[in-house]
Amino acid sequence: MNIKGIIPALTVVGFILLIWTVAVVPMNAHLTADQAQRDGLVMTPEAPRDRQDFAGLTLALKNPAIIPLAYNLERPRLPSPHQVAAELYTTVFTKAPTSRRSLVYHAWVTLSATLLGFVIGTTLGVMLAVGIVYNRTMDKSVMPWAITSQTIPILALAPMIIVMLGAIGIQGLLPKSIISAYLSFFPVVVGMVKGLRSPDGMQLDLLRTYSASANQGFWKLRLPASMPYLFTSLKIGISAALVGAIVGELPTGARAGFGARMLVGDQYGQPIVTWAALFGAAITAALLVAILSFIEKRTLRRMGMGAV
Amino acid sequence: MAYLIALAIWAAGWFINAKLANGPQSDTRGISLLIPIIFGITIVAMWEVLVTMLGVSPIILPPPSMIAARFATSIPMLWADFEQTILKGALTGYIVGMIAAFAVALLADRSDFLTKGILPVGAFMAALPIVGTAPIFVKWLGSDWESKAAVVAVMVFFPILVNTVAGLKDTSAMQRDLMRTYGAGYWPTLFKLRLPAALPFIFNGLKIATTLALIGAIVAEFFGSPTVGMGFRISTSVGQLALDMVWAEIVVAALAGSAFYGAMAFFEKRVTFWHPSQR
Repeated sequence: MNIKGIIPALTVVGFILLIWTVAVVPMNAHLTADQAQRDGLVMTPEAPRDRQDFAGLTLALKNPAIIPLAYNLERPRLPSPHQVAAELYTTVFTKAPTSRRSLVYHAWVTLSATLLGFVIGTTLGVMLAVGIVYNRTMDKSVMPWAITSQTIPILALAPMIIVMLGAIGIQGLLPKSIISAYLSFFPVVVGMVKGLRSPDGMQLDLLRTYSASANQGFWKLRLPASMPYLFTSLKIGISAALVGAIVGELPTGARAGFGARMLVGDQYGQPIVTWAALFGAAITAALLVAILSFIEKRTLRRMGMGAV
Repeated sequence: MAYLIALAIWAAGWFINAKLANGPQSDTRGISLLIPIIFGITIVAMWEVLVTMLGVSPIILPPPSMIAARFATSIPMLWADFEQTILKGALTGYIVGMIAAFAVALLADRSDFLTKGILPVGAFMAALPIVGTAPIFVKWLGSDWESKAAVVAVMVFFPILVNTVAGLKDTSAMQRDLMRTYGAGYWPTLFKLRLPAALPFIFNGLKIATTLALIGAIVAEFFGSPTVGMGFRISTSVGQLALDMVWAEIVVAALAGSAFYGAMAFFEKRVTFWHPSQR
Protein backbone atom coordinates (compact mmCIF):
# COMPACT_ATOMS: atom_id res chain seq x y z
CA MET A 1 0.00 0.00 0.00
CA ASN A 2 1.32 3.44 -0.85
CA ILE A 3 1.36 6.50 1.37
CA LYS A 4 -1.72 7.95 -0.33
CA GLY A 5 -3.77 4.95 0.71
CA ILE A 6 -2.68 5.04 4.36
CA ILE A 7 -4.42 8.26 5.38
CA PRO A 8 -7.90 7.21 4.16
CA ALA A 9 -7.42 3.75 5.68
CA LEU A 10 -6.40 5.26 9.01
CA THR A 11 -9.43 7.54 8.86
CA VAL A 12 -11.73 4.55 8.42
CA VAL A 13 -10.00 2.69 11.25
CA GLY A 14 -10.32 5.80 13.42
CA PHE A 15 -14.01 6.02 12.61
CA ILE A 16 -14.54 2.37 13.60
CA LEU A 17 -12.66 2.98 16.87
CA LEU A 18 -14.82 6.04 17.51
CA ILE A 19 -18.08 4.10 17.07
CA TRP A 20 -16.69 1.37 19.30
CA THR A 21 -15.72 3.86 22.03
CA VAL A 22 -19.11 5.55 21.93
CA ALA A 23 -20.94 2.22 22.01
CA VAL A 24 -19.16 1.13 25.19
CA VAL A 25 -21.32 3.42 27.39
CA PRO A 26 -24.82 2.27 26.36
CA MET A 27 -23.72 -1.38 26.07
CA ASN A 28 -22.32 -1.44 29.59
CA ALA A 29 -24.71 1.02 31.24
CA HIS A 30 -26.81 -1.51 33.16
CA LEU A 31 -23.87 -3.55 34.41
CA THR A 32 -22.00 -0.40 35.40
CA ALA A 33 -25.00 1.02 37.26
CA ASP A 34 -25.37 -2.22 39.25
CA GLN A 35 -21.70 -2.18 40.15
CA ALA A 36 -21.73 1.53 41.04
CA GLN A 37 -24.70 1.00 43.33
CA ARG A 38 -22.89 -1.79 45.14
CA ASP A 39 -19.96 0.61 45.56
CA GLY A 40 -22.26 3.11 47.31
CA LEU A 41 -23.26 5.52 44.57
CA VAL A 42 -26.89 6.62 44.32
CA MET A 43 -28.51 5.64 41.04
CA THR A 44 -31.72 6.90 39.48
CA PRO A 45 -33.93 4.88 39.37
CA GLU A 46 -32.86 3.14 42.51
CA ALA A 47 -34.15 -0.41 42.00
CA PRO A 48 -32.15 -2.53 39.49
CA ARG A 49 -35.48 -3.92 38.30
CA ASP A 50 -36.70 -0.47 37.22
CA ARG A 51 -33.46 0.24 35.43
CA GLN A 52 -34.19 -2.60 33.01
CA ASP A 53 -36.99 -0.45 31.57
CA PHE A 54 -34.54 2.13 30.30
CA ALA A 55 -32.32 1.87 27.24
CA GLY A 56 -28.61 1.92 27.95
CA LEU A 57 -28.13 5.41 26.60
CA THR A 58 -30.97 6.96 28.62
CA LEU A 59 -29.68 5.29 31.75
CA ALA A 60 -26.19 6.69 31.17
CA LEU A 61 -27.57 10.20 30.60
CA LYS A 62 -29.62 9.99 33.80
CA ASN A 63 -26.52 8.93 35.74
CA PRO A 64 -23.55 10.74 34.17
CA ALA A 65 -21.33 9.38 36.93
CA ILE A 66 -21.33 5.90 35.41
CA ILE A 67 -20.00 7.03 32.03
CA PRO A 68 -16.29 6.96 32.99
CA LEU A 69 -16.87 3.78 35.01
CA ALA A 70 -18.27 2.00 31.95
CA TYR A 71 -14.83 2.05 30.35
CA ASN A 72 -13.14 0.22 33.19
CA LEU A 73 -15.67 -2.47 34.07
CA GLU A 74 -14.03 -5.74 35.00
CA ARG A 75 -16.50 -7.96 33.11
CA PRO A 76 -18.05 -5.68 30.48
CA ARG A 77 -20.47 -6.68 27.78
CA LEU A 78 -18.39 -4.62 25.40
CA PRO A 79 -14.79 -4.04 26.52
CA SER A 80 -13.38 -0.64 25.67
CA PRO A 81 -10.52 -0.47 23.14
CA HIS A 82 -7.94 0.39 25.79
CA GLN A 83 -8.91 -2.64 27.88
CA VAL A 84 -8.38 -4.96 24.92
CA ALA A 85 -5.11 -3.23 24.06
CA ALA A 86 -3.93 -3.55 27.68
CA GLU A 87 -4.86 -7.25 27.79
CA LEU A 88 -3.03 -7.82 24.51
CA TYR A 89 0.00 -5.95 25.83
CA THR A 90 0.22 -7.85 29.11
CA THR A 91 -0.38 -11.27 27.57
CA VAL A 92 2.03 -10.73 24.69
CA PHE A 93 4.90 -8.71 26.16
CA THR A 94 4.95 -9.17 29.92
CA LYS A 95 4.49 -12.95 30.15
CA ALA A 96 7.17 -15.45 29.22
CA PRO A 97 6.32 -16.96 25.80
CA THR A 98 6.31 -20.46 27.32
CA SER A 99 3.77 -19.58 30.01
CA ARG A 100 0.19 -20.74 29.58
CA ARG A 101 -0.90 -17.18 30.31
CA SER A 102 1.00 -15.84 27.36
CA LEU A 103 -0.91 -15.18 24.16
CA VAL A 104 2.30 -15.88 22.25
CA TYR A 105 2.15 -19.46 23.54
CA HIS A 106 -1.46 -19.85 22.39
CA ALA A 107 -0.67 -18.16 19.09
CA TRP A 108 2.11 -20.66 18.51
CA VAL A 109 -0.18 -23.63 19.22
CA THR A 110 -2.68 -22.42 16.62
CA LEU A 111 0.00 -21.21 14.22
CA SER A 112 1.91 -24.50 14.18
CA ALA A 113 -1.27 -26.38 13.25
CA THR A 114 -2.06 -23.73 10.63
CA LEU A 115 1.37 -23.83 9.01
CA LEU A 116 1.62 -27.63 8.98
CA GLY A 117 -1.85 -27.85 7.45
CA PHE A 118 -1.08 -25.09 4.97
CA VAL A 119 2.05 -26.86 3.74
CA ILE A 120 0.23 -30.20 3.41
CA GLY A 121 -2.77 -28.61 1.68
CA THR A 122 -0.68 -26.54 -0.71
CA THR A 123 1.57 -29.45 -1.69
CA LEU A 124 -1.36 -31.77 -2.38
CA GLY A 125 -3.25 -28.96 -4.13
CA VAL A 126 -0.40 -28.21 -6.52
CA MET A 127 0.08 -31.90 -7.26
CA LEU A 128 -3.61 -32.41 -7.99
CA ALA A 129 -3.65 -29.30 -10.18
CA VAL A 130 -0.76 -30.66 -12.27
CA GLY A 131 -2.64 -33.94 -12.61
CA ILE A 132 -5.80 -32.14 -13.68
CA VAL A 133 -3.99 -30.06 -16.28
CA TYR A 134 -2.16 -33.02 -17.82
CA ASN A 135 -4.83 -35.71 -17.55
CA ARG A 136 -8.11 -35.19 -19.31
CA THR A 137 -9.93 -37.93 -17.37
CA MET A 138 -8.87 -36.41 -14.06
CA ASP A 139 -9.92 -32.97 -15.24
CA LYS A 140 -13.38 -34.17 -16.19
CA SER A 141 -13.97 -36.27 -13.07
CA VAL A 142 -12.30 -34.31 -10.26
CA MET A 143 -12.59 -30.67 -11.27
CA PRO A 144 -16.41 -30.41 -10.93
CA TRP A 145 -16.14 -31.88 -7.42
CA ALA A 146 -13.35 -29.46 -6.52
CA ILE A 147 -15.62 -26.57 -7.51
CA THR A 148 -18.73 -28.01 -5.84
CA SER A 149 -16.81 -28.66 -2.64
CA GLN A 150 -16.28 -24.92 -2.27
CA THR A 151 -20.01 -24.45 -1.85
CA ILE A 152 -20.10 -26.89 1.09
CA PRO A 153 -19.52 -25.58 4.61
CA ILE A 154 -16.52 -27.84 5.19
CA LEU A 155 -16.00 -26.49 8.68
CA ALA A 156 -19.03 -28.53 9.74
CA LEU A 157 -16.69 -31.50 9.37
CA ALA A 158 -14.23 -30.15 11.91
CA PRO A 159 -15.62 -31.70 15.10
CA MET A 160 -16.08 -35.04 13.41
CA ILE A 161 -12.56 -35.20 12.03
CA ILE A 162 -11.18 -34.48 15.48
CA VAL A 163 -13.26 -37.19 17.13
CA MET A 164 -12.61 -39.65 14.31
CA LEU A 165 -8.86 -39.23 14.57
CA GLY A 166 -9.08 -39.19 18.36
CA ALA A 167 -10.80 -42.61 18.19
CA ILE A 168 -7.80 -44.08 16.36
CA GLY A 169 -5.40 -42.42 18.74
CA ILE A 170 -4.32 -39.31 16.85
CA GLN A 171 -4.60 -36.14 18.89
CA GLY A 172 -3.16 -32.69 19.22
CA LEU A 173 -1.57 -31.01 16.23
CA LEU A 174 -2.49 -33.34 13.39
CA PRO A 175 -6.33 -33.25 13.44
CA LYS A 176 -6.32 -29.45 13.40
CA SER A 177 -3.75 -29.49 10.61
CA ILE A 178 -5.94 -31.78 8.54
CA ILE A 179 -8.81 -29.28 8.76
CA SER A 180 -6.42 -26.48 7.83
CA ALA A 181 -5.04 -28.54 4.97
CA TYR A 182 -8.52 -29.26 3.66
CA LEU A 183 -9.45 -25.57 3.70
CA SER A 184 -6.29 -24.38 1.95
CA PHE A 185 -6.37 -27.28 -0.52
CA PHE A 186 -9.21 -26.22 -2.82
CA PRO A 187 -8.31 -22.56 -3.36
CA VAL A 188 -4.84 -23.78 -4.36
CA VAL A 189 -6.22 -26.43 -6.74
CA VAL A 190 -8.58 -24.01 -8.46
CA GLY A 191 -5.99 -21.21 -8.66
CA MET A 192 -3.19 -23.49 -9.86
CA VAL A 193 -5.33 -25.08 -12.57
CA LYS A 194 -6.21 -21.62 -13.83
CA GLY A 195 -2.56 -20.56 -13.63
CA LEU A 196 -1.11 -23.61 -15.36
CA ARG A 197 -3.61 -23.07 -18.18
CA SER A 198 -2.91 -19.35 -18.46
CA PRO A 199 -0.24 -19.52 -21.22
CA ASP A 200 -2.06 -18.83 -24.47
CA GLY A 201 -1.82 -20.69 -27.75
CA MET A 202 0.81 -18.35 -29.11
CA GLN A 203 3.20 -19.02 -26.23
CA LEU A 204 2.64 -22.77 -26.45
CA ASP A 205 3.22 -22.65 -30.20
CA LEU A 206 6.43 -20.71 -29.70
CA LEU A 207 7.70 -23.46 -27.40
CA ARG A 208 6.79 -26.00 -30.04
CA THR A 209 8.85 -24.14 -32.63
CA TYR A 210 11.77 -24.39 -30.19
CA SER A 211 10.98 -28.13 -30.14
CA ALA A 212 10.75 -28.04 -26.35
CA SER A 213 9.75 -31.25 -24.59
CA ALA A 214 6.64 -31.53 -22.43
CA ASN A 215 8.88 -31.38 -19.39
CA GLN A 216 10.52 -28.16 -20.51
CA GLY A 217 7.12 -26.74 -21.36
CA PHE A 218 6.07 -27.33 -17.78
CA TRP A 219 9.16 -25.98 -16.01
CA LYS A 220 9.90 -23.08 -18.34
CA LEU A 221 6.43 -21.87 -19.31
CA ARG A 222 3.47 -23.27 -17.39
CA LEU A 223 4.93 -23.21 -13.88
CA PRO A 224 6.32 -19.65 -14.08
CA ALA A 225 3.10 -18.43 -15.68
CA SER A 226 1.06 -19.88 -12.83
CA MET A 227 2.91 -17.96 -10.10
CA PRO A 228 0.60 -14.91 -9.84
CA TYR A 229 -2.41 -17.23 -9.58
CA LEU A 230 -0.64 -19.41 -7.02
CA PHE A 231 0.14 -16.47 -4.75
CA THR A 232 -3.43 -15.17 -4.91
CA SER A 233 -4.67 -18.62 -3.86
CA LEU A 234 -2.03 -18.93 -1.15
CA LYS A 235 -3.21 -15.69 0.44
CA ILE A 236 -6.80 -16.95 0.49
CA GLY A 237 -5.63 -20.38 1.62
CA ILE A 238 -3.58 -19.25 4.60
CA SER A 239 -6.35 -17.22 6.20
CA ALA A 240 -8.74 -20.12 5.58
CA ALA A 241 -6.18 -22.43 7.20
CA LEU A 242 -6.03 -20.24 10.29
CA VAL A 243 -9.81 -20.19 10.60
CA GLY A 244 -9.75 -23.98 10.23
CA ALA A 245 -7.24 -24.40 13.04
CA ILE A 246 -9.25 -22.11 15.33
CA VAL A 247 -12.53 -23.89 14.60
CA GLY A 248 -10.73 -27.20 15.12
CA GLU A 249 -10.04 -26.12 18.68
CA LEU A 250 -13.64 -25.23 19.49
CA PRO A 251 -15.81 -28.34 19.68
CA THR A 252 -13.61 -30.63 21.75
CA GLY A 253 -12.57 -28.14 24.37
CA ALA A 254 -8.90 -27.86 23.44
CA ARG A 255 -6.68 -26.52 26.21
CA ALA A 256 -4.47 -24.20 24.19
CA GLY A 257 -4.68 -22.03 21.11
CA PHE A 258 -6.76 -19.03 20.03
CA GLY A 259 -9.92 -21.12 19.79
CA ALA A 260 -9.41 -22.43 23.32
CA ARG A 261 -8.88 -18.88 24.60
CA MET A 262 -12.11 -17.71 22.98
CA LEU A 263 -13.94 -20.63 24.53
CA VAL A 264 -12.39 -20.08 27.97
CA GLY A 265 -13.20 -16.37 27.91
CA ASP A 266 -16.75 -17.24 26.94
CA GLN A 267 -17.32 -19.94 29.55
CA TYR A 268 -15.65 -18.21 32.52
CA GLY A 269 -17.22 -14.81 31.81
CA GLN A 270 -14.01 -13.03 30.86
CA PRO A 271 -14.99 -11.16 27.71
CA ILE A 272 -11.68 -9.30 27.60
CA VAL A 273 -9.87 -12.63 27.14
CA THR A 274 -12.17 -13.51 24.23
CA TRP A 275 -11.64 -10.13 22.61
CA ALA A 276 -7.88 -10.30 23.03
CA ALA A 277 -7.84 -13.77 21.45
CA LEU A 278 -9.96 -12.47 18.57
CA PHE A 279 -7.61 -9.58 17.94
CA GLY A 280 -4.59 -11.83 18.41
CA ALA A 281 -5.97 -14.13 15.71
CA ALA A 282 -6.75 -11.13 13.49
CA ILE A 283 -3.21 -9.78 13.81
CA THR A 284 -1.76 -13.23 13.14
CA ALA A 285 -3.88 -13.58 9.99
CA ALA A 286 -2.83 -10.13 8.80
CA LEU A 287 0.84 -10.92 9.43
CA LEU A 288 0.64 -14.21 7.54
CA VAL A 289 -0.99 -12.53 4.54
CA ALA A 290 1.54 -9.67 4.71
CA ILE A 291 4.46 -12.14 4.70
CA LEU A 292 2.99 -13.92 1.67
CA SER A 293 2.45 -10.56 -0.09
CA PHE A 294 6.07 -9.67 0.55
CA ILE A 295 7.32 -13.00 -0.86
CA GLU A 296 4.94 -12.58 -3.79
CA LYS A 297 6.30 -9.12 -4.62
CA ARG A 298 9.92 -10.26 -4.41
CA THR A 299 9.33 -13.42 -6.44
CA LEU A 300 7.28 -11.78 -9.16
CA ARG A 301 9.74 -8.91 -9.47
CA ARG A 302 12.64 -11.34 -9.90
CA MET A 303 10.62 -13.16 -12.54
CA GLY A 304 9.97 -9.88 -14.34
CA MET A 305 6.23 -9.85 -13.64
CA GLY A 306 5.97 -7.49 -10.70
CA ALA A 307 6.40 -4.22 -12.54
CA VAL A 308 3.79 -2.40 -10.48
CA MET B 1 -10.08 -59.31 -0.67
CA ALA B 2 -11.69 -56.03 0.28
CA TYR B 3 -8.80 -54.13 -1.23
CA LEU B 4 -9.07 -56.13 -4.43
CA ILE B 5 -12.78 -55.37 -4.80
CA ALA B 6 -12.18 -51.70 -4.07
CA LEU B 7 -9.38 -51.66 -6.61
CA ALA B 8 -11.65 -53.33 -9.16
CA ILE B 9 -14.36 -50.73 -8.56
CA TRP B 10 -11.81 -47.96 -8.95
CA ALA B 11 -10.42 -49.48 -12.15
CA ALA B 12 -13.89 -49.92 -13.62
CA GLY B 13 -14.95 -46.38 -12.80
CA TRP B 14 -11.72 -44.96 -14.13
CA PHE B 15 -11.90 -47.04 -17.28
CA ILE B 16 -15.41 -45.78 -18.09
CA ASN B 17 -14.44 -42.21 -17.34
CA ALA B 18 -11.26 -42.39 -19.39
CA LYS B 19 -13.29 -43.75 -22.32
CA LEU B 20 -15.90 -41.02 -21.93
CA ALA B 21 -13.41 -38.18 -21.36
CA ASN B 22 -11.25 -39.06 -24.34
CA GLY B 23 -14.16 -40.07 -26.51
CA PRO B 24 -15.59 -38.03 -29.36
CA GLN B 25 -18.54 -36.59 -27.43
CA SER B 26 -16.71 -35.66 -24.23
CA ASP B 27 -17.61 -31.97 -24.45
CA THR B 28 -21.36 -32.41 -24.70
CA ARG B 29 -23.42 -31.36 -21.71
CA GLY B 30 -24.64 -34.83 -20.77
CA ILE B 31 -21.22 -36.44 -20.80
CA SER B 32 -19.54 -33.68 -18.83
CA LEU B 33 -22.26 -34.13 -16.22
CA LEU B 34 -22.04 -37.92 -16.29
CA ILE B 35 -18.28 -38.17 -15.71
CA PRO B 36 -18.16 -36.49 -12.28
CA ILE B 37 -21.28 -38.44 -11.26
CA ILE B 38 -19.57 -41.73 -12.11
CA PHE B 39 -16.49 -40.54 -10.21
CA GLY B 40 -18.64 -39.74 -7.18
CA ILE B 41 -20.39 -43.11 -7.31
CA THR B 42 -17.01 -44.86 -7.58
CA ILE B 43 -15.74 -43.13 -4.43
CA VAL B 44 -18.93 -43.91 -2.48
CA ALA B 45 -18.90 -47.55 -3.61
CA MET B 46 -15.25 -47.96 -2.57
CA TRP B 47 -16.02 -46.34 0.78
CA GLU B 48 -18.93 -48.76 1.34
CA VAL B 49 -16.92 -51.85 0.37
CA LEU B 50 -13.83 -50.95 2.38
CA VAL B 51 -15.68 -49.93 5.53
CA THR B 52 -18.06 -52.92 5.65
CA MET B 53 -15.60 -55.61 4.53
CA LEU B 54 -12.71 -54.44 6.70
CA GLY B 55 -15.08 -54.10 9.66
CA VAL B 56 -14.19 -50.48 10.37
CA SER B 57 -16.08 -49.37 13.46
CA PRO B 58 -18.98 -47.02 12.64
CA ILE B 59 -17.61 -44.80 15.41
CA ILE B 60 -14.70 -44.00 13.12
CA LEU B 61 -16.31 -44.01 9.70
CA PRO B 62 -19.87 -45.19 9.07
CA PRO B 63 -20.58 -46.72 5.64
CA PRO B 64 -22.68 -44.64 3.21
CA SER B 65 -25.62 -47.07 3.46
CA MET B 66 -25.85 -46.47 7.21
CA ILE B 67 -25.73 -42.70 6.68
CA ALA B 68 -28.47 -42.95 4.06
CA ALA B 69 -30.61 -45.05 6.41
CA ARG B 70 -30.13 -42.57 9.23
CA PHE B 71 -30.95 -39.72 6.85
CA ALA B 72 -34.17 -41.40 5.75
CA THR B 73 -35.37 -42.16 9.31
CA SER B 74 -34.64 -38.73 10.80
CA ILE B 75 -36.00 -36.41 8.14
CA PRO B 76 -38.28 -34.50 10.58
CA MET B 77 -35.34 -33.82 12.89
CA LEU B 78 -33.05 -32.84 10.03
CA TRP B 79 -35.75 -30.53 8.68
CA ALA B 80 -36.12 -28.82 12.08
CA ASP B 81 -32.34 -28.34 12.25
CA PHE B 82 -32.30 -27.05 8.69
CA GLU B 83 -35.07 -24.59 9.46
CA GLN B 84 -33.36 -23.31 12.61
CA THR B 85 -29.83 -22.97 11.22
CA ILE B 86 -30.21 -22.27 7.52
CA LEU B 87 -33.60 -20.62 7.10
CA LYS B 88 -33.65 -18.59 10.32
CA GLY B 89 -29.97 -18.06 11.11
CA ALA B 90 -28.03 -18.07 7.87
CA LEU B 91 -30.63 -16.62 5.52
CA THR B 92 -31.70 -13.75 7.78
CA GLY B 93 -28.09 -12.86 8.48
CA TYR B 94 -27.22 -13.06 4.80
CA ILE B 95 -29.98 -10.65 3.83
CA VAL B 96 -29.18 -8.19 6.64
CA GLY B 97 -25.44 -8.29 5.87
CA MET B 98 -26.10 -7.87 2.16
CA ILE B 99 -28.32 -4.82 2.60
CA ALA B 100 -25.85 -3.24 5.03
CA ALA B 101 -22.96 -3.89 2.65
CA PHE B 102 -24.82 -2.33 -0.30
CA ALA B 103 -25.72 0.72 1.78
CA VAL B 104 -22.14 1.28 2.93
CA ALA B 105 -20.83 0.63 -0.58
CA LEU B 106 -23.12 3.31 -2.05
CA LEU B 107 -22.05 5.69 0.72
CA ALA B 108 -18.38 4.97 0.10
CA ASP B 109 -18.89 5.36 -3.60
CA ARG B 110 -19.87 9.02 -3.26
CA SER B 111 -16.43 9.96 -1.99
CA ASP B 112 -13.08 8.92 -3.41
CA PHE B 113 -11.48 9.35 -0.02
CA LEU B 114 -13.85 6.89 1.63
CA THR B 115 -13.39 4.32 -1.13
CA LYS B 116 -9.63 4.46 -0.71
CA GLY B 117 -10.06 3.97 3.02
CA ILE B 118 -12.72 1.27 2.98
CA LEU B 119 -11.13 -1.00 0.37
CA PRO B 120 -7.94 -1.90 2.30
CA VAL B 121 -9.70 -2.03 5.67
CA GLY B 122 -12.49 -4.15 4.17
CA ALA B 123 -10.02 -6.51 2.48
CA PHE B 124 -8.19 -6.85 5.79
CA MET B 125 -11.38 -7.55 7.71
CA ALA B 126 -12.56 -10.06 5.10
CA ALA B 127 -9.43 -12.13 5.77
CA LEU B 128 -10.01 -12.20 9.53
CA PRO B 129 -11.23 -15.23 11.43
CA ILE B 130 -14.65 -13.64 11.95
CA VAL B 131 -15.97 -16.90 13.43
CA GLY B 132 -14.30 -15.62 16.61
CA THR B 133 -17.12 -13.10 17.01
CA ALA B 134 -19.53 -15.98 17.66
CA PRO B 135 -19.06 -16.18 21.47
CA ILE B 136 -19.49 -12.42 21.74
CA PHE B 137 -22.73 -12.32 19.78
CA VAL B 138 -24.12 -15.34 21.60
CA LYS B 139 -23.49 -13.47 24.88
CA TRP B 140 -25.19 -10.31 23.61
CA LEU B 141 -28.18 -11.64 21.73
CA GLY B 142 -28.94 -14.90 23.48
CA SER B 143 -28.51 -18.41 22.15
CA ASP B 144 -31.40 -18.49 19.67
CA TRP B 145 -31.12 -17.80 15.96
CA GLU B 146 -30.78 -14.00 16.32
CA SER B 147 -27.17 -14.29 17.49
CA LYS B 148 -26.40 -16.65 14.59
CA ALA B 149 -27.91 -14.19 12.14
CA ALA B 150 -25.69 -11.45 13.60
CA VAL B 151 -22.54 -13.57 13.20
CA VAL B 152 -23.53 -14.34 9.61
CA ALA B 153 -24.32 -10.69 8.85
CA VAL B 154 -20.87 -9.61 10.02
CA MET B 155 -19.16 -12.45 8.12
CA VAL B 156 -20.85 -11.75 4.77
CA PHE B 157 -20.62 -7.96 5.11
CA PHE B 158 -16.98 -7.48 4.12
CA PRO B 159 -16.70 -9.71 1.03
CA ILE B 160 -19.89 -8.18 -0.41
CA LEU B 161 -18.75 -4.65 0.47
CA VAL B 162 -15.29 -5.03 -1.06
CA ASN B 163 -16.66 -6.56 -4.26
CA THR B 164 -19.44 -4.00 -4.64
CA VAL B 165 -17.11 -1.04 -4.14
CA ALA B 166 -14.64 -2.51 -6.63
CA GLY B 167 -17.48 -3.20 -9.08
CA LEU B 168 -18.85 0.32 -8.92
CA LYS B 169 -15.44 1.58 -10.08
CA ASP B 170 -15.45 -0.72 -13.07
CA THR B 171 -16.61 1.58 -15.81
CA SER B 172 -14.37 3.23 -18.40
CA ALA B 173 -13.99 6.99 -18.65
CA MET B 174 -15.50 6.78 -22.12
CA GLN B 175 -18.71 5.18 -20.83
CA ARG B 176 -19.05 7.76 -18.07
CA ASP B 177 -18.39 10.59 -20.54
CA LEU B 178 -21.10 9.20 -22.78
CA MET B 179 -23.55 9.32 -19.88
CA ARG B 180 -22.53 12.93 -19.26
CA THR B 181 -23.21 13.86 -22.88
CA TYR B 182 -26.70 12.44 -22.37
CA GLY B 183 -27.04 14.86 -19.46
CA ALA B 184 -27.38 12.06 -16.88
CA GLY B 185 -26.77 12.99 -13.25
CA TYR B 186 -25.38 10.81 -10.46
CA TRP B 187 -28.45 8.62 -9.89
CA PRO B 188 -29.32 7.86 -13.52
CA THR B 189 -25.64 7.08 -14.15
CA LEU B 190 -25.63 4.83 -11.12
CA PHE B 191 -28.74 2.90 -12.06
CA LYS B 192 -28.31 2.76 -15.84
CA LEU B 193 -24.57 2.32 -16.15
CA ARG B 194 -22.57 1.65 -13.00
CA LEU B 195 -24.81 -0.77 -11.10
CA PRO B 196 -25.31 -3.05 -14.11
CA ALA B 197 -21.57 -2.90 -14.79
CA ALA B 198 -20.89 -3.79 -11.15
CA LEU B 199 -23.18 -6.85 -11.15
CA PRO B 200 -20.51 -9.46 -12.04
CA PHE B 201 -18.43 -8.22 -9.11
CA ILE B 202 -21.43 -8.07 -6.77
CA PHE B 203 -22.42 -11.62 -7.64
CA ASN B 204 -18.86 -12.78 -7.04
CA GLY B 205 -19.13 -11.38 -3.52
CA LEU B 206 -22.60 -12.85 -3.03
CA LYS B 207 -21.41 -16.31 -4.10
CA ILE B 208 -18.41 -16.25 -1.73
CA ALA B 209 -20.78 -15.12 1.03
CA THR B 210 -23.15 -18.12 0.63
CA THR B 211 -20.56 -20.54 2.04
CA LEU B 212 -19.52 -18.09 4.74
CA ALA B 213 -23.15 -17.72 5.81
CA LEU B 214 -23.56 -21.46 6.39
CA ILE B 215 -20.20 -21.76 8.15
CA GLY B 216 -21.03 -18.82 10.42
CA ALA B 217 -24.46 -20.16 11.35
CA ILE B 218 -23.17 -23.68 12.09
CA VAL B 219 -20.02 -22.66 13.97
CA ALA B 220 -21.86 -20.07 16.08
CA GLU B 221 -24.02 -22.90 17.44
CA PHE B 222 -20.93 -24.49 18.97
CA PHE B 223 -20.97 -21.53 21.39
CA GLY B 224 -24.46 -22.10 22.67
CA SER B 225 -27.80 -22.83 21.05
CA PRO B 226 -31.27 -24.06 21.81
CA THR B 227 -31.69 -27.83 21.50
CA VAL B 228 -32.17 -27.68 17.77
CA GLY B 229 -29.94 -26.67 14.90
CA MET B 230 -27.25 -28.23 12.71
CA GLY B 231 -24.29 -27.03 14.77
CA PHE B 232 -25.95 -28.20 17.98
CA ARG B 233 -26.76 -31.60 16.46
CA ILE B 234 -23.24 -32.04 15.11
CA SER B 235 -21.56 -31.24 18.41
CA THR B 236 -23.91 -33.37 20.54
CA SER B 237 -23.87 -36.32 18.10
CA VAL B 238 -20.08 -36.23 18.08
CA GLY B 239 -20.22 -36.41 21.85
CA GLN B 240 -22.50 -39.47 21.64
CA LEU B 241 -20.30 -41.00 18.91
CA ALA B 242 -23.35 -41.12 16.64
CA LEU B 243 -21.30 -40.37 13.57
CA ASP B 244 -24.03 -41.46 11.15
CA MET B 245 -26.11 -38.53 12.44
CA VAL B 246 -23.15 -36.17 11.96
CA TRP B 247 -22.72 -37.35 8.40
CA ALA B 248 -26.45 -36.96 7.75
CA GLU B 249 -26.14 -33.33 8.89
CA ILE B 250 -23.11 -32.90 6.64
CA VAL B 251 -25.15 -34.19 3.71
CA VAL B 252 -27.82 -31.60 4.56
CA ALA B 253 -25.15 -28.88 4.80
CA ALA B 254 -23.67 -29.94 1.46
CA LEU B 255 -27.06 -29.94 -0.26
CA ALA B 256 -28.03 -26.61 1.28
CA GLY B 257 -24.67 -25.04 0.42
CA SER B 258 -24.79 -26.22 -3.18
CA ALA B 259 -28.41 -25.15 -3.58
CA PHE B 260 -27.73 -21.71 -2.10
CA TYR B 261 -24.69 -21.22 -4.34
CA GLY B 262 -26.58 -22.60 -7.31
CA ALA B 263 -29.45 -20.17 -6.72
CA MET B 264 -27.02 -17.25 -6.71
CA ALA B 265 -25.32 -18.55 -9.86
CA PHE B 266 -28.75 -18.89 -11.48
CA PHE B 267 -29.70 -15.28 -10.69
CA GLU B 268 -26.29 -14.19 -11.92
CA LYS B 269 -26.88 -15.89 -15.23
CA ARG B 270 -30.27 -14.26 -15.64
CA VAL B 271 -29.07 -10.77 -14.69
CA THR B 272 -25.59 -10.64 -16.23
CA PHE B 273 -26.34 -12.49 -19.46
CA TRP B 274 -24.47 -9.76 -21.36
CA HIS B 275 -21.14 -10.39 -19.61
CA PRO B 276 -18.44 -12.26 -21.59
CA SER B 277 -18.04 -14.89 -18.84
CA GLN B 278 -21.69 -15.93 -19.26
CA ARG B 279 -21.65 -16.39 -23.01
